[in-house]
Amino acid sequence: MAEYINNYVIVAIFIGLGIFLPVAALTIGRILRPNKPYHEKLTTYESGNDPIGGSQVRFNVRYYIFALMFVIFDVETVFLYPWAVAHKSLGLFALIEMLVFVFLLIVGLIYAWRKKVLRWTSI
Amino acid sequence: MESLLQETLSLKTFAFFLLIGVTTLAIVLGFVTYAIYFERKVIGWMQFRIGPNRVGPLGLLQSVADVTKLLMKEDTIPNEADRTLFKLAPVIVYVPAFSVLATFPFTETLYLADLNIGLLYYIAISGISTLGIVVGGWASNNKYSLLGGMRSAAQMISYEVPLVTSVVGVILLTGSLNLHDIVTNQGDNIWEWNLFPQIIGFIVFTIAAISELNRTPFDLPEAESELVAGYHVEYSGFRFAFFMLAEYVYVFAIASLATILFLGGWYPPLAMLDFIPGIVWFLLKFTAIVFFLFWIRATLPRIRVDQLMGLGWRVLLPLALFNIFLTAIVEFVLR
Repeated sequence: MAEYINNYVIVAIFIGLGIFLPVAALTIGRILRPNKPYHEKLTTYESGNDPIGGSQVRFNVRYYIFALMFVIFDVETVFLYPWAVAHKSLGLFALIEMLVFVFLLIVGLIYAWRKKVLRWTSI
Repeated sequence: MESLLQETLSLKTFAFFLLIGVTTLAIVLGFVTYAIYFERKVIGWMQFRIGPNRVGPLGLLQSVADVTKLLMKEDTIPNEADRTLFKLAPVIVYVPAFSVLATFPFTETLYLADLNIGLLYYIAISGISTLGIVVGGWASNNKYSLLGGMRSAAQMISYEVPLVTSVVGVILLTGSLNLHDIVTNQGDNIWEWNLFPQIIGFIVFTIAAISELNRTPFDLPEAESELVAGYHVEYSGFRFAFFMLAEYVYVFAIASLATILFLGGWYPPLAMLDFIPGIVWFLLKFTAIVFFLFWIRATLPRIRVDQLMGLGWRVLLPLALFNIFLTAIVEFVLR
């Protein structure tokens, strides 16, 4: 079992290489690329007009509701995965229990559906 | 690879692992370079054009020239932008895209990390990329990129749910999250693959995966006609290149994952064809999926934003859940 750690060494190497490439490429790029900033170049793009107001504003609440639903169903999958792995040894009781659990979540999905949360009407 | 993983960690094995990592990185970068070339050529042919043909023989050096150009481009950061987050965003998008490759098995003997939780690792890590897109869209302080980033995040989280639930059927059939075990549980014949028992899962997986990749017909975050370029409007030079790179690395990852989960990995479609080495079969299936993605891009129009969310939550998610219990019940009855 001590050797199993080797697999995570590979994972760590991959994450390390993943960080290394952008850092290295952007550092090399800094030497190669020109840098001549002036005011017009550094303004925010807004189809050629002067930008009006900032963009870091309070934004449509609809996205937040989708994020909430995502959290609920992602937690559901957290429960589904271990059950799916152990399904062959757990048998009927766990299957029915899982059905009840998912059914409750589907009731929630239907509720959201009826409340027209899933209908996208604005930007 | 197996004997190497059994050894106790020493400087020599570590150096070897590092070499494997660097080789994978080189292969992936090569794949991305020629996937872009291939995509432009294929779409060109499908639209009765020639595609890139000027740089190098047959235009083979086109992507290399593009990357060089991006490397030499000036890198502008708008005054209004949040500089730290603006610089961080491409890295947050790219790092998970490359890290997920650590767990893929390519043939019986040629595999990288043999994690017991391989599939969970893929899903957990790939979810982080969404964060980078939101950060990039918000930090630019641009109205187009804010909209693009928000849409992108909403789309990616909405389709992540069907994506992760569609593979539960495969886990049920295998009883393991280890990607190597998932392939060895399939067989030498096409009907022993997970493709037909999990046909609903496969369809849901494919649609959700295309959406996760932000590719046509689900490329709303970068809808040129309404949002200029989406979350990366303000990005230029190599920072922009890293967003694109991450997208194509995910094409590599998703194509490999679909091959492993549903198309029998390195197994031939008929047992009598097993004299051809496994890596050839893996590459054939992999290439077919990549080609399919390009084909779809040339054929289908972009769907509307209101249709997008509806499809994910009202169609794909119930289908994926139905597939799970269908698989579980059939598996239980047959046992």
